[in-house]
Amino acid sequence: MAMTGRLALGSRQRAKVATRQGSAVERAGTLRAIVAWVVGLLFFFPVFYLIVTGFKTEAAAVLLPPQLFPFGDQFPAGFTPTLENYKAIFDRGFGPYFLNSIIVVVASSVLIVALALPCAYALVWRRGKRSSNVMFFFLSTKFLPAVGVIIPIFIIARDLHAIDNLATLVVMYTAMNLAIAIWLLRSFFDEIPRDVIQAARVDGADLRMEMQYVAIPMIFPGLVATVFICTIFAWNEFFFAVNLMATKGATVPMFMIGFVTSEGLFWAKLAAAGTLAMMPVVVLGWLAQKQLVRGLSMGAVK
Amino acid sequence: MTQAELVAARTPFPIVSGVVGWIKRNGLVAPAIIFAVVVTQAPFALTIWFSLQKWNLLRPENSRFNGLGNYIDILTRGDFISALIVTVILTFSSVAAALIIGIGLAELVNQRFPGRNIVRTLLITPFLVMPVVAALGWKTTLLNPVFGIVDWLMTSVGLPRIDWFAEYPLIGIITIIVWRWAPFMMLILLAGLQALSDEVREASKVDGASPSQEFRFIVLPHLKSYMQLCVLLGTIYILAEFDTIYMTTQGGPGDRTTNLPYLIYQQVFVSSDVGHASAMGVLVVVIVYVFASYFIKLLPQLMKGNQ
Repeated sequence: MAMTGRLALGSRQRAKVATRQGSAVERAGTLRAIVAWVVGLLFFFPVFYLIVTGFKTEAAAVLLPPQLFPFGDQFPAGFTPTLENYKAIFDRGFGPYFLNSIIVVVASSVLIVALALPCAYALVWRRGKRSSNVMFFFLSTKFLPAVGVIIPIFIIARDLHAIDNLATLVVMYTAMNLAIAIWLLRSFFDEIPRDVIQAARVDGADLRMEMQYVAIPMIFPGLVATVFICTIFAWNEFFFAVNLMATKGATVPMFMIGFVTSEGLFWAKLAAAGTLAMMPVVVLGWLAQKQLVRGLSMGAVK
Repeated sequence: MTQAELVAARTPFPIVSGVVGWIKRNGLVAPAIIFAVVVTQAPFALTIWFSLQKWNLLRPENSRFNGLGNYIDILTRGDFISALIVTVILTFSSVAAALIIGIGLAELVNQRFPGRNIVRTLLITPFLVMPVVAALGWKTTLLNPVFGIVDWLMTSVGLPRIDWFAEYPLIGIITIIVWRWAPFMMLILLAGLQALSDEVREASKVDGASPSQEFRFIVLPHLKSYMQLCVLLGTIYILAEFDTIYMTTQGGPGDRTTNLPYLIYQQVFVSSDVGHASAMGVLVVVIVYVFASYFIKLLPQLMKGNQ
């Protein structure tokens, strides 16, 4: 913010000496800034409105014109916030769903790091003749749509009595995110200067030391971002969850199924549940924004 | 020869010992490859095998090998063709709209202005929201014909009230998908814009290019490969769209919003028809792979641009 403040001051000073053309450019810049803010708020509005609706009573949730600000009835478009819906959501048994999601996400993240970290390292720093084939093999697994594998997975899980068992989801989410993790980590390992690794090798570091003391500390922020991005996708995943889980192993997205037919009756509770469901990974995504684009493009765009 | 290869050479089962030797030589890469093969490639191979069987889970005693019979059935049956058309419309219009909006958003946040980082954070949030929550939130608070904000705004300016998911269900679904994917495309295109040096844009201004000329002759050609990336990734993911449909229309009214993934889901988990569902699954994979192969061709070019 200090940066932008200084810039604004700079531009104001420049405006004093600017020609008529200069102030036109200035006005265009201000206009574009206003448009950007309006568009940004517009895109964010559905999220904002869901969050505030979660703090309303059911009667207030369907009122039009909409009440937008939780600052009491006196405030323009304001309402008095309540935590009733959050209490009701937990009374309805939201807790176990949340816990299941956390278990699945943490377990699959651990498994992904264990599989992807050595693999990505070898693909960069132990490059072999077939390394690029291996990379493209993983890429191709990412492009295999879920409907191409769900039927055998469902039948095998049924025969193994693994339906409604969280381990099944852990395996599926690991497979789903493995390619992203390998490609992302590969792009981070690739940025380590060659000299650094060579120096470690000259000093007699073996493979384990080279990874543990040199390479992994250097890409640690990238590793964290990779885990965040895998977490976002696993947390939000619905297709495998709805087809492979039932009651015991149900995850957060499945809690939302209960609201599919709520015709204006439980919007405030829906909104409260939706807010709880989405916020953990929305926050992770905000934190990992810089690496997000790299993750989404398999490391192709930095 | 390494120890592993010597061991491999001595054992009486050459294929097994060859595999064992390969794992020993590729200890870092092998676990990930084996995992991916077992969980993704092997099930897909089974899907192909299932697609050649007549097999209903409710009547397993009637199962038999059916050759290409399932494929002939689904290609001559209305529901598959209808779902294919829905899939194409849904994917094409969503990708096109998200790309155009994404370009606009990227241009908008590429310039410096007070609070740019906050606006960018606001803009990417739709992509982070759990898709089932996004779908429910839109369906109720925004697009509900009686209590929704969109219809309230429309009726207050004199437009007719519209029950989106009954009258124009595809438009409702496309709206939600575009809201989620336009920010995704913005992120990739923004990276593209930032790779375009300011000097090039300044130079075109000095040479007297108008903003629209600058955009058309400088920015768009530069963004070409990023736009291709957006289209390919968007297509691959939106083709497989399931969550939004499940949460809003459940494929209806009738089969007006039943796309291929939703039809396959219904075939397996409602009709228990493994054979036909598998054949449809194989066809979806084929379609996705056609797009994916373009992506793979594009990748080296993009990576070069980023070095």
